[in-house]
Amino acid sequence: MSFEAMLIIAAALFAIGLYGALARRNVLIVLMSIELMFNAVNLTFVALAKYAAPVALQENIGSVLTGQVFAVFVITVAAAEIALGLAIVFAMYRTNESLDLTEATELRN
Amino acid sequence: MLFQDIVFWFLGVVAIGAALGVVLTRDLFRAALMLIVVFIAVAGFFAMLSAEFLAVVQVLIYAGAISILIIFAVMLTRDVQRGNLPNRLQIPAALFAALVLATVAFVATDTNWNLIPEEERERVDLVQTQAVSNIAPETLAEAGFDSEQEQEAAGEAGLADLLIGDFVLPFEAVSVLLLAAVIGALALVRPQPPGSEG
Repeated sequence: MSFEAMLIIAAALFAIGLYGALARRNVLIVLMSIELMFNAVNLTFVALAKYAAPVALQENIGSVLTGQVFAVFVITVAAAEIALGLAIVFAMYRTNESLDLTEATELRN
Repeated sequence: MLFQDIVFWFLGVVAIGAALGVVLTRDLFRAALMLIVVFIAVAGFFAMLSAEFLAVVQVLIYAGAISILIIFAVMLTRDVQRGNLPNRLQIPAALFAALVLATVAFVATDTNWNLIPEEERERVDLVQTQAVSNIAPETLAEAGFDSEQEQEAAGEAGLADLLIGDFVLPFEAVSVLLLAAVIGALALVRPQPPGSEG
């Protein structure tokens, strides 16, 4: 287990999520892919917190927790995002009777 | 160390395989279940990276709450079995994702990281697992916290301390964001009163 391997696994998760968000038609799969990307970013934050030395390491040992704090914020924002995202999915399903993003064209023109 | 390596690569294979399953399977419900596998594998990574608190939060919030919400949404829709179709951007999107992966992998391996020195490792691990206040002073001294002052500072360092201390402004902003998101979600799914349009 090495730092670089951890980063590359997180990058692979992010790339898979990116592909899912760009190339899939179903809005729920797009939401799930965005969650995948959030998780990849969290993994990077925590890996950096564990392995990379903060500037203030010598003065303040608590600074090694900064990456974990950022991960907490990302988890909170992800929770807010999924709540709003699913509300939008329901509103869209009610008007369109479909989850297909290529059919959601009411806002076009 | 060997055991750690085995667990690490096992989690990596599980996480990436399940993530591929999420985006490639046709069945929406299976995709949601695969997503839970990814969440739990990431929680395992957090535990390995001495972020036990985050591992617990990951299981509670992601594997517990968010996945239940997503499964609930999947259940309320039709066409669950063949729901996951690609759009026209499939090949450009795959190329773009591969490019992002290659760039990040190159940067990750090529950068000269300022890593935490080996002699600090034990101290950093103790602070990151937030276990300092439960450990006898003699053990702390062995780990490199020489003076009583240092031991006290390490015992006080914690996620909550940073959240309410240095990061209090983003902390408050995030709480307002959560409130706004909940109100927005309620307003969006509220049934329309009869007679009104849009």
